[in-house]
Amino acid sequence: MASISLKDIVKVYGDGYLAVKGVSLDIAEGEFVILVGPSGCGKSTLLRMIVGLEDITSGDLLIDGERVNEEAPRKRRLAMVFQNYALYPHLTVFENIAFPLRLEKGQFTEEQIREKVRFAAETLELQDHLDRKPANLSGGQRQRVAMGRAIVRDARAFLFDEPLSNLDAKLRGQMRTEISRLQRSLGTTTVYVTHDQTEAMTLGDRVAVLRKGELQQIASPRGLYEQPVNLFVAGFIGSPPMNFLPGEVVGDVLRLPIADVPLSPGLRERLGDRELVIVGIRPDHFSDAALLEDHKRDAGVTFDAAVDVVEWLGSEQYAYIPFDTHPDVASKLDELDRDLDGESMRTQLVAALSSESKVRDGDTHQLWFDPARMLVFDPESWTNLTYDEDAARALDEQNEQDRKAALDRAAARLAAASA
Amino acid sequence: MTGTLTGRQRFWWAVIAVVVLVWALFPVVSIFATSFKLPSQLNLGLFWPKTWSTSNYEQILVGDAQTLFLSSLRNSIGISLIATAIAVVLATLAAYAIGRLEFPGKRLILTAALGVSIFPAISIVTPLFNLWRNIGLYDTWLGLIIPYLSLTLPISIWTLAAFFRQIPWELEQAAQVDGATNWQAFRKAIVPLAAPGVFTTALIAFFIAWNDFVYGISLTSTDRARPVPAALAFFTGASQFEEPTGAISAAAVVVTIPVVILVLLFQRQIVAGLTQGAVKG
Repeated sequence: MASISLKDIVKVYGDGYLAVKGVSLDIAEGEFVILVGPSGCGKSTLLRMIVGLEDITSGDLLIDGERVNEEAPRKRRLAMVFQNYALYPHLTVFENIAFPLRLEKGQFTEEQIREKVRFAAETLELQDHLDRKPANLSGGQRQRVAMGRAIVRDARAFLFDEPLSNLDAKLRGQMRTEISRLQRSLGTTTVYVTHDQTEAMTLGDRVAVLRKGELQQIASPRGLYEQPVNLFVAGFIGSPPMNFLPGEVVGDVLRLPIADVPLSPGLRERLGDRELVIVGIRPDHFSDAALLEDHKRDAGVTFDAAVDVVEWLGSEQYAYIPFDTHPDVASKLDELDRDLDGESMRTQLVAALSSESKVRDGDTHQLWFDPARMLVFDPESWTNLTYDEDAARALDEQNEQDRKAALDRAAARLAAASA
Repeated sequence: MTGTLTGRQRFWWAVIAVVVLVWALFPVVSIFATSFKLPSQLNLGLFWPKTWSTSNYEQILVGDAQTLFLSSLRNSIGISLIATAIAVVLATLAAYAIGRLEFPGKRLILTAALGVSIFPAISIVTPLFNLWRNIGLYDTWLGLIIPYLSLTLPISIWTLAAFFRQIPWELEQAAQVDGATNWQAFRKAIVPLAAPGVFTTALIAFFIAWNDFVYGISLTSTDRARPVPAALAFFTGASQFEEPTGAISAAAVVVTIPVVILVLLFQRQIVAGLTQGAVKG
């Protein structure tokens, strides 16, 4: 276990490309931190700099308070799981897992190596495959061997580089849970790179969102979801993604394409003299007005929506509502879409409604949302004008408590098991 | 494409295979047959010898031509092995650099290697002859090893570069993260994977050196360095009225046998090595 801290890390490639633009990050002992962002945001480069496969152009990398910028990868004592697993094809599963132990010559007896490999194999349920070669394993098994190689030795931290991206959807879900369980039970500091926001949200204690080599926000998954600092984070986190609508400020009213929303005094003040803003509403913050109790419905805004398409998923359903956007906002949203690797053809609103809702394709249906949960962004700087620092801090503190509790539980379990 | 052939396709493939086999093997069989003929039977116009005789083999292995043949055999084996070893070591290092590193002039090296290999040997052999005589390399092993390197290095670099390119770089990095030094990572993760490729390359390089005639005949004059293909031309008959055809055939069979055995023994590795660079396993 170790703490890792990054101070103003910059990476410039040989051809002058600035891949990482001064990222600072503190990763506490035993913490599970996710680096997430669309392709080309520098997340993998950052991970490779931590492990030592990529030179750091400037800035300091500290592991346990010690500067390790110039240390060779083997001196850093970190374990890494590669995207394509990087198993040694000429070695059996046993030898693959034992590989790091065998490199530390004289450190372990044959007996100890066998014991450690057995433990790792049991943890990952690989006992039956120890004599096989990687070529004869399934994708999920290879992935587990790669993890076995990481956990078999006393690594100070685990680094994962998109470890699940080569697996199919079902296996990915299972392995995700497995990684989470493993990290909790071992309590090892972990840095995990992914482009998948679901993985980021479900696995991480804290999630660092990167865009074009810059750190946008680092917070708990809940913090990112509820209190994103800017348009990019808001658009990246959440599935289906947040709806962005142009909002024209007319006196004390915010005019959206779907409805007019009265502004609260606090929000009115924050808007200042802006005339046009971008409004973000999460799909799940919409409800079918017909299913709400009267007092709740009156507290929010109801509007008639011309529903184009409905996707019924069993537990919920997505209603798609096309709308005309403001030309000034459209260009901003196109830029955001490109940043997020997206390719949306039309401007439409997605509402995640309860599966009980009677909404049908082609209907005009009455929907409802709570303006208090609406986020308002500045169209130029992309900053979140509704960002509530106190609420964000409270969320992160709660998250930190949960993490410590989980680690304590794991330690207690371990103590009970060994007693 | 489907894996199974129809009866008609199978038939035509068989016909083509037979034609190619006859085309390729007929001269070999002819030489084999000739090598067992007595000098008196050479001009009878028969394909197979009337009586099978080993006199030609006796002549080159223990008889008159022994000194000429055995010394050239020693030269051929020695020179080819040394040239192969040097070519493989240099080509491995060069190909590793080409496959792994980004450096200016990378394409230039590959193009130059290709250029050297298409350069006809006959056009440089005369200047080389003069140069070698002046600097004392004429009729020495080294004098042949150097031109042989020019034949074996380009193809070795190309085959090995293709081979190294398909070994995932992550393996080396994974080994380094696992605690290996650069050298350990190369030796434990890369060398075992590259071994079949290196082996194939060595075989190909050996054959090229072994089969050379132009340099062998032009740059040597005595037993000191003359390789087998060149020595065959110096065989004489028992008297000046006799053609040494039988002895030459016997010698040709003797020098062909090791090549055939090597290829048969390692054909799987050779095929794997040749195709691995192109097709992802």
